[in-house]
Amino acid sequence: MLYFCNVQTKPIITVKDLQKSYGDFHAVKGISFEVYNGEIFGLLGPNGAGKTTTLEIIETLREKSGGSVMVDGLNIDSQANNIKQIIGVQLQAAGYYPSLSLTELLDLFAGLYNMPINTLEMLSRVGLEDKAKAKFKELSGGQKQRFSIATTLINKPKIIFLDEPTTGLDPQARRNLWDLIREVKAMGTTVVITTHYMDEAEQLCDRVAVMEGGKVIALDTPDTLIDNLVASGFERKKEVKKANLEDVFLSLTGQEWRDE
Amino acid sequence: MKYSQFKAMMAIAKASFRSITRSPSAVVFTLVFPLIFITVFGFLKGGSVTLNVALATHSDQQNSVYMGLISNPAFSVHHDMDSVEQRTLLLKGKLDAIIDIQKVQLDSSSTYDVNLYTTMASAEKGIIVRSMLEHLIDKSNLSAAKIISPMATLKQQELKGRTYSTIDFILPGQLGFSLLSTGVFGTAFVFFNLRQTLVIKRFFATPIRKPYIVMGEALARMVFALLGAAFLITLGHYAFGFTLINGLTTFAEMLFLSAMGLIVFMGFGFVVSGIAKSESTIPPLANIITLPQFLLSGTFFGVENFPTWLQPICKMLPLTYLNDAMRKVAFEGASLLDLGPQLAVIALWGVIIYAIAVKVFRWE
Repeated sequence: MLYFCNVQTKPIITVKDLQKSYGDFHAVKGISFEVYNGEIFGLLGPNGAGKTTTLEIIETLREKSGGSVMVDGLNIDSQANNIKQIIGVQLQAAGYYPSLSLTELLDLFAGLYNMPINTLEMLSRVGLEDKAKAKFKELSGGQKQRFSIATTLINKPKIIFLDEPTTGLDPQARRNLWDLIREVKAMGTTVVITTHYMDEAEQLCDRVAVMEGGKVIALDTPDTLIDNLVASGFERKKEVKKANLEDVFLSLTGQEWRDE
Repeated sequence: MKYSQFKAMMAIAKASFRSITRSPSAVVFTLVFPLIFITVFGFLKGGSVTLNVALATHSDQQNSVYMGLISNPAFSVHHDMDSVEQRTLLLKGKLDAIIDIQKVQLDSSSTYDVNLYTTMASAEKGIIVRSMLEHLIDKSNLSAAKIISPMATLKQQELKGRTYSTIDFILPGQLGFSLLSTGVFGTAFVFFNLRQTLVIKRFFATPIRKPYIVMGEALARMVFALLGAAFLITLGHYAFGFTLINGLTTFAEMLFLSAMGLIVFMGFGFVVSGIAKSESTIPPLANIITLPQFLLSGTFFGVENFPTWLQPICKMLPLTYLNDAMRKVAFEGASLLDLGPQLAVIALWGVIIYAIAVKVFRWE
């Protein structure tokens, strides 16, 4: 796999025996993994597997119950505020002041990060330069997610965290977002993404951790995971065709960026 | 470069201020409502009393009592009604009295019976009519008896005071209420919504510390409310003659009082946002705090008009003291140093309410 070559295997995030309980409920049950510098790392799993909890602990938004987390050499227990300065966070359902324009919102985040930016340039990076005066509430689902990603890029972060960014988007919007995420990676930013779409993980992620019931049950590149399964004698019940229905849909409706 | 919490706070203040100015409810509460009340009361004629009386249809008009009646500016004498209409209007309180003067012919001379009809519907003015009429009758009697040097004469001296017009009472009350509503409703809704829509959670993911988020939001509301207050005072002064006894100093003192009041009222807002379970429980909770103060704190009429059993409650409310302080500053020219008791009570409320707010405030 050629495109793995530029990914260094130096860990930028190290999670060791991470635990999180809410009363008697154990949402995260002692998981360990590393995220390498410059890769797109996927946390995969069904709803309720503990993906968002894990992500929010690393983002310093939630207290952990046990274990340790290091982010770019900083300890989340003692250096949370330093970590916040080098990461960008997109929440699953982030809101913004509803009556402010995108330009005004980016100004706000520029202030919050103490990082002066060219708002128009930032909007054009995520394909929203036409929407500079629009309000967040007036955007489509895909545009909202692209804008959210723009707010994560303001502080030129080393790592961005995306929590189910493509949930609820139509196929075109999803693909647009994948392209954007690949561009972010190409700039040298590490991306940690959660998803419950396997095709998304397979196409986008360099490595994935599969979570289930608060545990990591597998961790490798998508290819290796598939190869391992095939090697174990697994066969799909149905003959795989060279295209699937989504390919048909996209070739019928076009894949170009559209104003949703 | 070192991260500046202040810069981050100012970014929130700026964004929040923009957001407030675009929120219809904030503008309505802070400016439109007070403006309506001030305009209405500003145009009300205060001061002089007008007594609406009707002269009965067959009343005698050739006597000195009647002459005194029509030459007194306090009386507005109506001649253009029949007796049925007079009676109806009197019972409704639209007329304060009907006066019927009848000549009684005796053998050699004539006297007059002055019949006065008053109503419970206008009891107070009825009493005034009666005493003025008695005075007119006494005067006529004195001159009929040819008494030139009466036993006692009244000599009134009016001391020239400042004209206390309705606006001088109404404007501080409206200003206080505007601060109360914007402080309680505005703060409660904003923090509830910021939490609900995860705006505040997104802020947590940036390096700003929590107290600076609150201060940024509070600063925006403060600037907005003080601009509103400055506008109301200026308009009241120039359009309706609101008294600013020491000019700009008074203006500045009123803004200082506004700021102090707003800080306390925002504390109530924080408490409401903390204990409200859903967005729809905010208005009732906020109304529980604002309505009693709207009615009992001397917004429309002085606290001394309430029955004695209600007065202790009036005298517990923070808005009572804010209104009182505002009126003292604006009209009596009291300096902030003279307002120790009022400021102390407001400050005490601040301490109590923020102690509660710290306990019940929720970030998530």
